[in-house]
Amino acid sequence: MADLALKQTPTEAMIGSLTLPVGGWSDTARKDALARLQGMGLPQRRDEYWKYTRPDTLIQPEPVSAALRGSDDVALFDQIDRIKIVFVDGVYDADASDDLAQEGITIDRLADMPTDLHWARDLYGTLEKNGQTPVARPLAVMNTAFAPDGMLIRVTGKPSKPVNFIYRRRTEIADAMLHHCIKLDAGAEMTLLENGPVAARFNGVLEVEVGDQAAFHHVRAQGRDHEQRAATHIFTRLGTESAFKSFTLTANGMMTRNECVIELTGDDAAAHVAGACVGDGADFHHDDTVFVTHDAVNCESRQVFKKVLRNGATGVFQGKILVKEGAQKTDGYQISQSLLLDGDSQFLAKPELEIYADDVACSHGSTSGAIDEDALFYLQSRGVPAAKATDLLTLAFLAEAVAEVEDETLRDEMTGRLTSWLERHAG
Amino acid sequence: MLSIKGLKVKLEDEDKQILKGVDLEVEAGKVHAIMGPNGSGKSTLSYVLSGKDGYEVTGGSASLEGIDLLDMEPEERAAAGLFLAFQYPVEIPGVGNMTFLRTAVNAQRKARGEEEMSAAEFLKVVRARAKELKIDAAMLKRPVNVGFSGGEKKRNEILQMAMLEPKMCILDETDSGLDVDAMKLVADGVNALRSEGRGFLVITHYQRLLDHIQPDVVHIMADGRIIKTGGPELAIEVENNGYAGILAEVA
Repeated sequence: MADLALKQTPTEAMIGSLTLPVGGWSDTARKDALARLQGMGLPQRRDEYWKYTRPDTLIQPEPVSAALRGSDDVALFDQIDRIKIVFVDGVYDADASDDLAQEGITIDRLADMPTDLHWARDLYGTLEKNGQTPVARPLAVMNTAFAPDGMLIRVTGKPSKPVNFIYRRRTEIADAMLHHCIKLDAGAEMTLLENGPVAARFNGVLEVEVGDQAAFHHVRAQGRDHEQRAATHIFTRLGTESAFKSFTLTANGMMTRNECVIELTGDDAAAHVAGACVGDGADFHHDDTVFVTHDAVNCESRQVFKKVLRNGATGVFQGKILVKEGAQKTDGYQISQSLLLDGDSQFLAKPELEIYADDVACSHGSTSGAIDEDALFYLQSRGVPAAKATDLLTLAFLAEAVAEVEDETLRDEMTGRLTSWLERHAG
Repeated sequence: MLSIKGLKVKLEDEDKQILKGVDLEVEAGKVHAIMGPNGSGKSTLSYVLSGKDGYEVTGGSASLEGIDLLDMEPEERAAAGLFLAFQYPVEIPGVGNMTFLRTAVNAQRKARGEEEMSAAEFLKVVRARAKELKIDAAMLKRPVNVGFSGGEKKRNEILQMAMLEPKMCILDETDSGLDVDAMKLVADGVNALRSEGRGFLVITHYQRLLDHIQPDVVHIMADGRIIKTGGPELAIEVENNGYAGILAEVA
């Protein structure tokens, strides 16, 4: 037996360290995911899709450690009347959360495995599985199999308040795995806010089914704790004339991989995904990986990603727009830009277009640049000290991504978070 | 006020001498104009005084009220009271004009150990000054100079000058790209700021700006030196005869 243990693959070792939740409607999906995971294996360094980001710390069976910095206490979204749903070290905390009974929306806990949620059974792991081709995303498969907790949200109307997932940390060494499912019925609308450091290592999956004429808005602030590692996946499918808009702010974090897999399946739908990232230090690594599939007529997709990197930080962007045959009148836009504040920082970008329809407009661009010296001098010549001027120009650079947040209050919250990060990381 | 002695400047990256010994004294309350053909070093002088990178001072000195300018960072020179109105004001996407102005005003106040201006007070002052320059509220909200017409950019420069209340103002080709009406507006803005405690150095190709901003002293610059100094009549001579006559006379 000792020999066998030695010959364990990393995938087997990881699976061996986890417990498969059993008993409930998710069993089928979990077992299916486990089998898929065993078949594909966890990402490895030689995988093309992991060329720029080393998966090592995300797949090691041993838990990782991240110092607690009291970052829970930093207020975000406090100006907004919202439904607070709190997780502590990746476990739902009912006492700290608001009442889940709200108008126009039903909220259940995955761990409770409520028996009558047929819609959840149909959705759980479905969009994730769908998103495994043409590129495998094993960490999401692992999540479907093993995630012990998460929220199941069905939106039937237009709830007046946004839902806010607040992720708190109490333990230095902890893994957290959360799987959320959200289904918006035809014409429904909701806003989801997410913030907090979650855990030393976080694996998150969010599956969002956006019904016809429905609209989903998502604003997420991740990071804060420096040693933190996270691999997150968003899988979404859009119905006719629906909208999906997601924005992520990342500050700090040694290893973050955010994947967003979007499938436009109904005509006249729009999907916007954006990110603003600020990273400081040689051990900062941030990866945005986006895959948009146009499989309907007259849809619009938009990717806007901006990263500010300094003191040897690394940023990665992999973005693909796939326009399937027949997806005419597609309007696809993708921009990824980095502001490198020193020569040691780097930005690695892989923009891709794959188009099988002939009447489409797709554009993509990727740039890396330094601070505009003329603008810097202009500001200095008006008396603004160089450091402050650099901060102003840094915020200005990120503004295009932040502008993707439609709600003004939320947009100001994001700008405020970036401003305070710059002030804390002066110099 | 502004005292320049034997100032020699070359390009940092190139072995090219631009200023070959400039001597100039601008007194408080006076308007001095510098005229000269293209490539004479007029703009370089303004950049060197305000601290732009890319130039190397190889000799001479420049001081403002006795304080050595050349050793200071650009922002320190600004806080000391120097202001340059740019020939080509820089567009800064993403930075609101109002934020920019308030940051600048308060940064200078802070550097001088003065109290920062409150948001309400600032708003009141900036609205009044903007109105005089026919700068509307929309222009104040837009990103700095982005999408501004040539005239709007120059008026925005004068607005900054009015808000920062510098001791020494350098205007670099402020008339370039302006039609007659815009030039009048800009000149009125400048004239409103003329005062006993403030010096002006107006750099221009043409005499027409000097019809609106009447100088006390006119200098002719050529090949990195001031070659002739006189009264306002010198500008008229240039307008009538070009630079050729003066250049020949000096040579």
